[in-house]
Amino acid sequence: MVKLFTKPEALAEQDTHYCPGCTHGVIHRLLAEVIDELGIRGRTVGIAPVGCAVLAYNYFTFDFQEAAHGRAPAMATGVKRVRPDLMVFTYQGDGDLASIGMGEIIHAANRGEKFTSIFVNNAVYGMTGGQMAPTTMPGQRTTTSPMGRNVEDVGMPVKVAELIAALTTPGYIVRQAVIKPKYIVKAKKAIKKAFTYQMENRCFSLVELVSTCPTNWGLTPLESVDWAEENMLSYYQLGEYKTPE
Amino acid sequence: MGKVLMKGNEAIGEAAIRAGCLNYFAYPITPQSEVAEYLTHRLPEEGGVFLQGESEVAVSYMIFGAAAAGARVFTTSSSPGISLMSEGISYIASAQCPAVFVNIMRGGPGLGGILPSQADYLQATKGIGHGDFRMLVMAPASVQEAVEMTMAAFPLAEKYRNPVMILGDGLIGQMMEPVDFPEHLKTPPSNKNAWATNGMDTRQSEARNLVKSLYLDPEQLNQHNLMLKAKYEQMEAEEVKAEAYNVDKDYKILIVSYGTMSRVCKTAIMQLKQEGLEIGLIRPQTLFPFPGEMVLQAATKDSCQAVVSIEMSMGQLVEDVERYVKGQRPVSWFGKCGGEVPTPEEIIDHIKAML
Ligand SMILES: Cc1ncc(C[n+]2csc(CCOP(=O)(O)OP(=O)(O)O)c2C)c(N)n1
Ligand code: SF4
Repeated sequence: MVKLFTKPEALAEQDTHYCPGCTHGVIHRLLAEVIDELGIRGRTVGIAPVGCAVLAYNYFTFDFQEAAHGRAPAMATGVKRVRPDLMVFTYQGDGDLASIGMGEIIHAANRGEKFTSIFVNNAVYGMTGGQMAPTTMPGQRTTTSPMGRNVEDVGMPVKVAELIAALTTPGYIVRQAVIKPKYIVKAKKAIKKAFTYQMENRCFSLVELVSTCPTNWGLTPLESVDWAEENMLSYYQLGEYKTPE
Repeated sequence: MGKVLMKGNEAIGEAAIRAGCLNYFAYPITPQSEVAEYLTHRLPEEGGVFLQGESEVAVSYMIFGAAAAGARVFTTSSSPGISLMSEGISYIASAQCPAVFVNIMRGGPGLGGILPSQADYLQATKGIGHGDFRMLVMAPASVQEAVEMTMAAFPLAEKYRNPVMILGDGLIGQMMEPVDFPEHLKTPPSNKNAWATNGMDTRQSEARNLVKSLYLDPEQLNQHNLMLKAKYEQMEAEEVKAEAYNVDKDYKILIVSYGTMSRVCKTAIMQLKQEGLEIGLIRPQTLFPFPGEMVLQAATKDSCQAVVSIEMSMGQLVEDVERYVKGQRPVSWFGKCGGEVPTPEEIIDHIKAML
């Protein structure tokens, strides 16, 4: 009998702590599949953020480091500079990467560090209980924007992919979504391309993934994917923003 | 190789290379930028890694990532930069990664000044960042000693899997002195396969490694902290180093002083000797672990009437001196912290006034 659907080797035999319907689990699976397909598990080092994915290392079967909040790109720089043969990725939320760690990601991208950043944009701080993130949508209610994000007061949401793509240094910068199967297929392709560029020692790569946080959005998982599709995708447009060619 | 005349900052850079550390990340700050300027030439010659980071915060995590991947790695900075690195150092200490931090201290607080100081004593010796931890801290008093301590720092960091700090005042970095680099240069790095995230293929293992500092379970965190505490106690048992100077004489006053400041104290002690007055000196070479027993013994010698801590800080070292003298002799402080080093004459006047 041929098994058509199995657990990737890079994924651990372990239940996750994520809420039902959370897209972190989907992204973990995509990453594990790509790492298996490229056969790089034995030379991969992941770097976990501070956020809901801080325990991401419990769900993978390769080396992992746990960063401080926002500092994963600096750690990845350290690893990659002393061991260019290793495959290194950071896994970061929007508070982690686009708020406290904005300096680290911009400079790592601008130096063209040859690692991959997986950027999970769920428009909210998940782990700390649903506060406003730099990526929170205009008018979106969070615990620290109870009347909805007031853009007069706190500015417009940060478009990370566009921001990083604006740097002159070559890179692979792409935004996809993990909210419905048709998007998930493209998201996996983007992750694989990013890792392939890294294997070829070509450039820095960042894959932004429009995600959901049903718990802190106060919606069911199904309502969440619809909400993201209707409200986020027109602002966070999907596609490749920069390729090294 | 005979003696060469070198500036302290450059000698520290060369010493790291000769200790087999070929990875350096840093951000410029006076008075230690010469280390980076020196290494930007020397490391490529040795096939090493040199990177100027975007901030000291980022640098501390580049150090963390590189150390966690099993590399020998170090950075140099000065007081305001070290404050920014203190976040990373806390994570590095918890995650038990070996790394060397050099602080060529300048005056503070805030921007302070760019002239020499010892104002980061308490910061360096009492844990530097949040949480319960310590660094092993060594304080050189000459360029030669800065070289020796830098070279010793890497094996010590690996022995304890803990950050080690070289704490020098600005003069140590800036002055030129003849130095002799030891013959046997490269100390082989320890085998880090048991814990380093260097890729499973590298260590031919099917078991993955994890470098982390999060322990959500209170009992696990308690155990983790007890294990760290045991390491600091081992440092206190095995790594204390200090110089005792003129302590065979019947001195009335004992000075405790370290770094460049201790050299000025020695000059004052020599001059007072010519006037027939004997003064003892304990010079801590490790600030953590602190040579408390030596200080206590020297302070409680029959002839000794009082102890004075002489520092380029506003009464920091004196806290440790008091802690160990335990009220058995009066302990006082003398010092300056604006960038000027107290002169031998000022020290002599102060000692005479104490009698
Ligand atoms: C220096 C520091 N500041 C604040 C925090 C608290 N904190 C933990 S996670 C987090 C936000 C995480 O949000 P995000 O990065 O969007 O990830 P998510 O949880 O949504 O996946 C914050 C503020 C911290 N751990 N460290
Ligand atoms: S809080 Fe949100 S991001 Fe965090 S696990 Fe739950 S659904 Fe996922």
